[in-house]
Order: sequence, then C-alpha cells, then structure tokens
Amino acid sequence: MHTKTLAELARGLAAGEFSSRELTAACLARIDAHDGVLNSFISVSAERALAQADAADARRRAGAAGPLTGLPLAHKDIFCTRGVKTSCGSKMLDNFVAPYDAAVVERCDAAGLVMLGKTNMDEFAMGSSNESSYYGPVKNPWDLAAVPGGSSGGSAAAVAARLVPVATGTDTGGSIRQPAAMCGITGIKPTYGRVSRYGMIAYASSLDQGGVLAHSAEDCALLLGVMAGFDVRDSTCAEAPVPDYTATLNDSLAGLRIGLPREYFGAGLDADVARAVEAAIDEYRRLGAEVVELSLPNAELAIPAYYVIAPSEASSNLARYDGVRFGHRCAEPRDLLDLYTRSRAEGFGTEVQRRILVGTYALSAGYYDAYYLKAQQIRRLIRDEFLQAFTQCDLIAGPTAPSVAFDLGEKADDPVALYLADIYTVAVNLAGLPALSLPCGFKGQRPIGLQLIGPAFAEGRLLNAAHAYQQVSDWHRRMPQAFA
Amino acid sequence: MQWEAVIGLEVHTQLTTRSKIFSGAATAYGAEPNTQACAVDLGLPGVLPVLNADVVRMATMLGLAIDARVARRSVFARKNYFYPDLPKGYQISQYELPIVAHGHLDISVDGDSKRIGITRAHLEEDAGKSLHEDFSSCSGIDLNRAGTPLLEIVSEPDLRSAKEAVAYLKKLHQLVVYLGICDGNMQEGSFRCDANVSVRPRGQAEFGTRAEIKNVNSFRFVERAIDYEIERQIELLEGGGRVVQETRLYDPDRDETRSMRGKEEANDYRYFPDPDLLPVLVSDEFVDGVRATLPELPAVKLARFRADFGLAEYDAETLTAERGTADYFEAVVAAFGGEAKLCANWVMGELAAALNRAGLDIAASPVSAAQLAGLLRRIHDKTISGKIAKDVFAAMWDGEGEADAIIAARGLVQVTDSAAIEALIDEVLAANGKQVEQYRGGQEKLLGFFVGQVMKVSKGKANPQQVNDLLLAKLKG
Repeated sequence: MHTKTLAELARGLAAGEFSSRELTAACLARIDAHDGVLNSFISVSAERALAQADAADARRRAGAAGPLTGLPLAHKDIFCTRGVKTSCGSKMLDNFVAPYDAAVVERCDAAGLVMLGKTNMDEFAMGSSNESSYYGPVKNPWDLAAVPGGSSGGSAAAVAARLVPVATGTDTGGSIRQPAAMCGITGIKPTYGRVSRYGMIAYASSLDQGGVLAHSAEDCALLLGVMAGFDVRDSTCAEAPVPDYTATLNDSLAGLRIGLPREYFGAGLDADVARAVEAAIDEYRRLGAEVVELSLPNAELAIPAYYVIAPSEASSNLARYDGVRFGHRCAEPRDLLDLYTRSRAEGFGTEVQRRILVGTYALSAGYYDAYYLKAQQIRRLIRDEFLQAFTQCDLIAGPTAPSVAFDLGEKADDPVALYLADIYTVAVNLAGLPALSLPCGFKGQRPIGLQLIGPAFAEGRLLNAAHAYQQVSDWHRRMPQAFA
Repeated sequence: MQWEAVIGLEVHTQLTTRSKIFSGAATAYGAEPNTQACAVDLGLPGVLPVLNADVVRMATMLGLAIDARVARRSVFARKNYFYPDLPKGYQISQYELPIVAHGHLDISVDGDSKRIGITRAHLEEDAGKSLHEDFSSCSGIDLNRAGTPLLEIVSEPDLRSAKEAVAYLKKLHQLVVYLGICDGNMQEGSFRCDANVSVRPRGQAEFGTRAEIKNVNSFRFVERAIDYEIERQIELLEGGGRVVQETRLYDPDRDETRSMRGKEEANDYRYFPDPDLLPVLVSDEFVDGVRATLPELPAVKLARFRADFGLAEYDAETLTAERGTADYFEAVVAAFGGEAKLCANWVMGELAAALNRAGLDIAASPVSAAQLAGLLRRIHDKTISGKIAKDVFAAMWDGEGEADAIIAARGLVQVTDSAAIEALIDEVLAANGKQVEQYRGGQEKLLGFFVGQVMKVSKGKANPQQVNDLLLAKLKG
C-alpha cells in the first residue's frame, strides 16, 4: 500500500480494497520499522489514529464518506492539536499540549483524514536543514548522510520514505519547497492568506503559510482543497472562494507562458541542478508552453530583507515564551528577571536565540528605519517586480534550491551559508505568492527540485502545470531504495 | 519668580463592549481571577487577534464628538516589553497611525472658557493585573482584564492649573458617558488618568522638564496630585535643584507623589505594525452612519436648556451634567406641558436628595417623570401647597401611587374657601388674646406666629397666601 499515492489510496478505500484501519495500521507499522533511523516524527499518536480510522470506516459504511475520509496524514508539529503534544521542535514547548486544534487540523479532521502523528521540524521553523530541532536532526531517506531540508524536514522525509502518503507543512521562507526538493517530493506553499494560520505557531506572521507535502501535484490538490478557505479567526485569511484544484489538473498547457528569470540561473547555482531544471523546462516546451526570458533585478535583495523581517517578527512572536504561563520554566528562579532569562536561555536553541537577537536589534530605536523599514521597502519592490513579471508570463520557473541536499553537519557552523541556500524561495514569501516544488532529477542519489511560482491565488495553475509534467515524467514515482 | 504650570493628560477609557478587543471573552468586572480569559487573552501559541468592530464605532463616536479627524486608515502596532501580566510579551496598541487625531474640548473655569486641544485618541488592549497581596512571597496574575478595550485620549499640554485639569477631566468624563462608550466608573478603573506636569517661569516659551503622575483614580486626587507636584517642582527649582523626567505615583494616604522609575530605565518598546491585524479602514459612509447615531452632546444640550426652558446657567449645567438627569427632566417638562423652572427645582431638589439618600441612579428612580409631573400639576393649580407636596412626594416614593390618589385618600386638598379660613383665624385669635394685643401694640413680627398657628389647625391644608392676607386684614381691622 505504501507505494500508492494519496489519490490511488483514495480510490482503493472507495472501492473497498482495504479499510482505513488496515491502511492506518500499515502506515503505523512502517513508522515503527523505519522511523528509528529517520527521526521524522516527534509524536506518533497510534491510538488516536486507529480510533479516527475506525470512525472513518464507520462513516464510509454509513455512506457519508468524503473524498479523503480514512486517508492517513501527518501534521508538522507546528500545528496545535488538542490532546497531542505540540512542541514546535523546541524544548520550550516539550511539555505543551494545546487546548484547541489549529484550523488546518480541524479541517482535516472534518474531512475524515486520520492523523498518524506530528512530524519533526527545525525549532520554531527556523532552519533549512532540520538540524535545529530539539528532537535531533532528521535524515534524508535518499541518503542518510544528507539533511532532508527544513524546516518541514520531518514531513518531507516521512512522505519521501513512504511512512505516510501526505503531510502538512509550513513555509515562511521556503520551508515546504526546499525540503520537498531535497526529498524528491512535491510541495506547495499557497498564497499568503489562502490557508488559515489559526493554531499554527507563529514564526514570522506576515510570511508564514501552511501547505502540503505529497508525492504528486494531484495529491497536493486533494489536500489543499481541504485545508484552504476563509477562517474568521485569522484576520489575514483571504475570503476568496476555493476552486476545485483537481478539476483543472488536466488542462492543456498549450500557450502557457513560463517566465525564466535570468537571476535564477546565475552564479552559485550547481551545474547539475541547472541542467536538470533546463531539461524540465524543455519538457514544458514539448507540452506546449512558451518560454519567456525575463529579469527580476532585485531578487538578490530578498535574502537580506527576509533575514530582517522574519527575525523581527519572530523576536516579538516568541516573547510569549517567558516561563510564566506555559512551556519551559527554569528551576527555582531567584526573581522575575532570572525567571525570564534562564527559562528562555534553557528553552530556546542557538538558532532561535540568534534570530531573536537579530530581530530585537533590527527593531530597536535608532535602527528601525535602517533595518526594518528598509527591509519593508525592499519587500514592496520585490512584490512589484513579480507583479510586473506576471504581465509577461503566467508562471515563473527555476530551481527550488541552488544545490541538492548537503551533508548533515556540513553547514551547521555557518548560519550565513545556510541562509544563502534560501535564495530562490524567500522572495516568494516576501511577495505573498503561491509556489510549488516538484522533483525533476537527481544528482547522484540526491533529488533536484523545480520551482514554479504563480500570481496570487493561482494555485490551480501551478498544480495543473506540475501535474502535466508528472504525466510525462516519473521522478515523483521513484522511491528511496532503503525504504522501498 | 512667577511660575506657570503646564499640564497634559492621558486618559484611558475602558470601552463598554461586551467582549474584548481581540477575543470573544467577556469584559464584565469583578469575576473570579482568570475566569474571563480565553486562549487569545492568555497568549497561547498559535492563537490570533481578531478586531472587535464595535471599538472602531466607539472611537469614531468620540472623534466626531470632539471635532477631531477620524482616520480613514489606522494601524495597530505591537509595543514589546516583558511583564508577567502581559501574556504575549507585547501590547497591541495604535502607535503611528491612531484612529482619532486633532480634536478639542471646551472647558470653563471660574466663568472663563478655554479650548483644550486633544492630540490623539488611539485604541489598545489592556494588560492583566498583578496581585501582590494574599500570596506568600509570590505574585498572582489575573488575566481577566487582559484584552479589555481601551481608548487612550491624549490632550495637548494646554492646561495651566490643577483646576483646569479637573475641569477638562470632568468634561471628558461627562462626554464619554454621554456617548455611552464608557461607564465612567473610576473606582473600577474604567476611566483612569495619567498627568504630565511641568512648570516654567511665566512668560517662558519652552516647557520645563515634566514628570508623569500615574493612575490617579478620582477627580479629587487628580487635583491634589497635580497641586502637590506643581508645588514640589517649584520648590525644587527655587532651591536650585532640577526636575528629572520620571514617572511618579500619587499616594492619596500621604497626599504626595513619589518617584516610581526614571526615564533612563525606560524600555525601548520596539514598536512595529502588528502583522496579525490588517489596517483599520473606515469609509465615509461608516463615519456618516456613526454621526447619525450621536446623541445630543452636553454643550449643545446645555445651550438648548437655557434657551428653550429659560433656565439659569447653574440649573442648566446641573441638569445636563448627566444624560440620565437631563432625559428625566425633559420627560417631566413634557408630561407637565411647561413650567420648566418648577420642574427643574423639583428634579434638582426633592428628587435629587431622595435619590442621593437611597444611593440610586436616576434611571432607577421609584418616582417616574410622569408621576412627578402629576404632583407638580397639583402644586401649580394650588390644589396642594409646596409643603404638603413634599409629603405626597414621600408617599409616591414609597409606592403609594399617583399624586392625585394620595391627595384624595389623605384629604390633602388645599383649603381656599375664605370663609373656612376666616373661621380658623377667628379660632386662633380667640385662643391667643395676649399675642393679639402685643401685635396691635406694635410687635408685627408676631404675624408669622399667627400664620403658623392657623396652618397648624388647618393641618397644613389652608392656602398660606390666603391665610396671610386674611390675618393681616383681621389684625389690622
């Protein structure tokens, strides 16, 4: 069963080939067998999953099943789940059990999906390698010496290793697309506001967006359809109607204009990655798309702007972890200041502390104009540049990351090198646009991702383009040997 | 040297919404600690603020009432600092772009009127409360108040004395209560005031260094705190010292202000726009809609009371001080069909005294406006005297029914039959022969004694004017 996509499993459940309980038990058995090596889960909620599976089977017998009822998934441990620990990959929240479900969790539950557990992640979603997790690094299923990418590394690895057919993730600067690329799967970050952020622990509120990691564009379309939609509890959530993303998957690509920004193929891009991406673009030409060269001259400013805005918001968002009401509290504080400083120093890891410090500095009196305000101006430039680009093309294509997955520990001591690996993904968050990564080749054992970027609310077009490619390629069907 | 005080006030008014500014939790005062705080108020991970639209309406009302600019776009920011009763580690507050700016309020002190500028009014959430008593060596945190909506109203430094400050504060208090956007309860902290006070030599243009006096929670204390602070600063300067910019706390028990913390220890609040909230956009249609709901404002009402009812300044001011009193008074006049002065005397006199004794708000008066009008009608048509009316009023207060019924049941109709009154006079004069002789011997002040005796035997029912006239005729005769 583990070789099937979500769409195939849905058809199997509908045809009565197996029950949700059987499917759920099979997934739990694979987690049991393989996750000791991978470390892709922080919590496995087997009992809850089997109960949900039984309820799903009952619902199906009653004729009340929806398209995804009974299908298993995993949630990134950033989404609050009532009754199951939500750690956000941090010691700070190692003892935190939310009294509410995130909007995404509610919607998946309502659709009858079965939650197997919560996946590992970079601490508070801050990282590109999943090495900053309090629960230890996740391994890349294609090469256990490699990182899976981050911050949704647990979700990406669990899907790639076929422990679970689909998982949720969040993307603040590439945290869905980059691990999807490094793990050879498909991941979509929707338009900012497409998916409710209620109950999704904030890293950088103006950039965070929930999305899907799956085997195929079709699977992404299925789950995104469930997750997306207006939520009155999130003021930044869009009221735009949610189209049926599966209905447009098979539209023709004839006449589709794909923009190639010169800046995405310049220095710093691995030659093998470039070749694989160019080959995929050739495939798009064969599918009827028209390729347009264009320029995004401010693209290189995205990283500095992102690494001011995201830490600034984070420094404020993470102020609530003070040891007073919940989360880690240091032992026997001497006084209030000691309670704050020790609880936070003990509860947060190095990368989180680094970003809190950077953000606090950037927002400080005397620096605000030079850093935060300037970064916001750059953000506007970048957004305008994308808007301009989309008058010349329907989608933008390029590499998801400049290289394939690097070795565990390789960049652990060089945060700036790690930040630079986000070069192709962060601009999309700054502009609030939807983007998707799909597998388009390998370098050695390590997968390569192609990124497609669309105008706001063009998720349907992205999924359509990715699906078309996946009808003429098999990268997304390949499985890591050790987990086949 | 002649010194001049310069005072600006920051007033926090708690808005009368049923739920909090960014969550659905209730705002009612006095609940058990932490029973009115939901996940949003507690700042749990992942929860998000959603603006209560009612606060925008209320802020707009104030903006219109003080002739200010209501911003078509205002922005919530985060004010970042750590404190145990601040759950998120930041307070959501409007900073650079407040919803209301450039208004004013006219005050009058000792007959002189003065326009006080209002710099801005902005929306924000309140913090929780730290409770330092009842917890051995620990502090308790009550987050019921966290997220309660506040409108902070900041005046220009236009006030020059504690008296002016109190006049401004009372005017503002009256206004927000009139508008129905604040219950005005100062004990419960619904209307709190911080005062910025400095002094300078009279004639100097620059301001002196100011001290901020925090949280003074009654009009009386505001006056005393400011007066104390002005004195303190003058003494300091005259003694060769200098005023330091700091926050001071007023201690009503010792009637003094004390240093709380210096500005050098001030936080850098790292304000930035809250990315969880969209800018507040207000349309012209919305503002027009709110304008249509504005009640008659106190100053307008006062002018109308003087013009339409011919009331004296003092009476008009007393009657319009509270909206409930003004409404009641107007209802009495309407039910009576005129005689505003008589109505005013009774509302401000007998009724106000009775309400005061019973500790009741006028809205809860046991005697309705229509009932009072019924009583006044009988005074006016001389059915009863003013003295008897007080007894009737007391009976009405006790729930004995309408004035006419009480007058009939108790046989209180005034005696105006001259023959009957003359008979009573004859009776009194006959019984007091000695006093009659004394009167006729020149002690005319004894007239009052005879009036009193006649009224007594009439059980108060004789028309006093007639008694007076007839007595005079008889005694002189």
